[in-house]
Amino acid sequence: MFSQTLAITGINLKSIPERWASSLVIVVGLAGVVAVFTALLAMASGFESTLKASGRTDNAIILRGGSDTELNSGLGRDSTTLIKQAPGIRKDAAGKPMASAEMIVIAELIRQGDSKNGANITVRGVEDNGFALRPQLKIVEGRKFKTGLRELIVGRGVTRQFQGAELGKTLRMRGSDWTVVGIFESGDAHESELWADAEVAQSTFNRRGYSSVLVGLDGASGLKTLQDNLKADPRQTVDVKSEQDYYSSQTKQFRQQIGALAGFVTLVMALGAIFAALNTMYAAVAARGKEIATLRAIGFGGLPVLTSVMIEALTLAFAGGVLGAAIAYLLFNGFSVSTLGQNFTQVVFAFKVTPSLVGTGLIISLVIGFIGGLLPAISAARLPVTTALRTA
Amino acid sequence: MTKTGFVIANLFRKKTRTTLTLLSIIVAFVLFGLLQSLNHIFDAGADFIGATRLMTQARVSFTQPLPLSMLPKIESVPGIARVAHMQWFGGVWQENTQLFVFAVDPQRQHDVYPEWVMPEAQWKAFATTRTAMVAGRQIADQYGWKVGQKIPISSQIYPQKNGSKAWAFDLVGIYDGKDADWQKQTNTVFINHDYFDEANQFGAGRTNFFALKLAKGASAEAVSHAVDAMSENSPDETKTQTEKDFNVGFIKQIGDIGMIVRWILFAVFFTLLLVVGNTMAQSVRERVPELAVLKTLGFSDGSVLGFVLAEAVALCLIGGLIGMSLATLLGAMVEKGSGGQFALNVTPWVWMTGLIAIALMSLAVGLLPALRARRLKIVDALAGR
Repeated sequence: MFSQTLAITGINLKSIPERWASSLVIVVGLAGVVAVFTALLAMASGFESTLKASGRTDNAIILRGGSDTELNSGLGRDSTTLIKQAPGIRKDAAGKPMASAEMIVIAELIRQGDSKNGANITVRGVEDNGFALRPQLKIVEGRKFKTGLRELIVGRGVTRQFQGAELGKTLRMRGSDWTVVGIFESGDAHESELWADAEVAQSTFNRRGYSSVLVGLDGASGLKTLQDNLKADPRQTVDVKSEQDYYSSQTKQFRQQIGALAGFVTLVMALGAIFAALNTMYAAVAARGKEIATLRAIGFGGLPVLTSVMIEALTLAFAGGVLGAAIAYLLFNGFSVSTLGQNFTQVVFAFKVTPSLVGTGLIISLVIGFIGGLLPAISAARLPVTTALRTA
Repeated sequence: MTKTGFVIANLFRKKTRTTLTLLSIIVAFVLFGLLQSLNHIFDAGADFIGATRLMTQARVSFTQPLPLSMLPKIESVPGIARVAHMQWFGGVWQENTQLFVFAVDPQRQHDVYPEWVMPEAQWKAFATTRTAMVAGRQIADQYGWKVGQKIPISSQIYPQKNGSKAWAFDLVGIYDGKDADWQKQTNTVFINHDYFDEANQFGAGRTNFFALKLAKGASAEAVSHAVDAMSENSPDETKTQTEKDFNVGFIKQIGDIGMIVRWILFAVFFTLLLVVGNTMAQSVRERVPELAVLKTLGFSDGSVLGFVLAEAVALCLIGGLIGMSLATLLGAMVEKGSGGQFALNVTPWVWMTGLIAIALMSLAVGLLPALRARRLKIVDALAGR
């Protein structure tokens, strides 16, 4: 029986080129489904990996109690001074705590290719330790801002997506001019930010306090020590989170929304593709009615016929899946877009077509191919030999 | 048999094939309708918002508050009838549900937004009760709020003087929209700015937005330039734009979703075109001898072309109309399910684009087979060549 199946399948597959137009329907239909599925989820996974990369496990972020994001948080000057002295924070070579009190405000920049609609961009005022605590951040063009001057360094993502923040340009914020003196890359969410000296930013934006404090943790137990100590301190109402937890929790909502959209669109498109596959396979079986009947007449069994039709459907579906994944990869992998993040500012990230996404896409294509091939395969196997030989 | 009857009979000769093709067209148009209305939200914003109001915010970003002391100056600009102001409260309902809560001046809000309809007594109660709040019809229905209740709302941003971020307000009125479009926007809560400013820890007489109602005949552009010119080179530089532009800009913040939606539409349509086009080609191929017989009987080349084309049009039209209707239903369900916050309206404009798509698709899939049918030579076709 195995040799029968092999023989019929061989004939089927070899004859596909003669029926290329209708076979193409399955391939293209599935390529469409898999491409859309992969591209949408590649967006979610790109966003997620950008934010994940932002958070290190050996850093902690301290916010005012109950404010989930830096934007909503606010810490007074005296409060940040106390926080920096808390146990659990790593000390540098000179014995000073590795901590950076930071203030974020929002500025508007205009998107590339737009003319009037501003998009929110995070402006982060940092202290010197802000760089030491984020070793992934590298200045790739120009130089660092000088303390006390109205100078900015700009993330690579910002220059890619928005206008007016190129090296040497001047940005106007609250009646004063800021010069862009450097471009940095960090491969994470900070690439969507503008950085400045914290003190200068505070005076420009008329703020006295900070939004958050980023600290380096002293060993594995540092986080626990820091949390316990700050909780016990009656002068403070703050939340202490590991930096990684802080950023990971921000991806949940986006992931759910994109997941729901991808699920719905894929489901609907998959329905369409199943109808198309059914159509094609019914036509393929009908066109070969006489041939199949002949095979049955000379002794081939029903099961090999059924299997061969299934294999044909699955092969075409798989080809479609591979094509779709390839299209998604070529068009979208590394494609840079931006959307609103938790801080109500733009996060620039790139689509990321991962192997597991491609794998899932291929499985979907095979499932659709299976469903689309099953009914026609059954009807092929059940074809009454005598009538089929007489007609056509 | 009439010509129409002939076309229909031909369509349903292969029932499975026609049904399956029809189903794929329906599916494609369901997606088309929903995605297109999503697209429309991103591109055009809400059409029903006229250009009678301007929104003024801090130039650097609307998250940066402006001093309320600017209000009399703005109101004195010629061409402005009345100014309201709104401050974002960062409201949270129960555990983690974000609410749109703004601190406003009740009387000014009433004057500048005549679209919000509420009994005068309730407007009065809003103005005179310090701890008052009013809620939109949709949001009140969604959470079952009744006038007279005390509603606990916490703020993500502002602690009260005692340090607690759990606030509570007296619901004194529920407003509605003046027409169907505005009724769908009633998902905002307004609280009294005077009380808010006094009770919160960092109250400083500031606001995020000024809403400027234009006097009759005033030019939106001239007024917005005049307003922005007043604060030039100060730390509180402003940016003034029409309410419509402001809304579009706000939606665009969500990012490049519009572009991604267009890509999906493109993928869906390309796929669909191929499926239906192939089916049509197949059905003509199978019927070559029949078409030859028709021609032998005296039907002109033109009417044979007509038959084939009519089949394509019928298929696309039936499938397209059913699909668009389903999309309209689904859109309404999504809107209802989300409590009106996600208005997925399959509008007449979306229907228009749908009809155009149906027409283009009929031509694209029907024309080639139809031309082939027209060119058919009787002798060759009958001989099976």
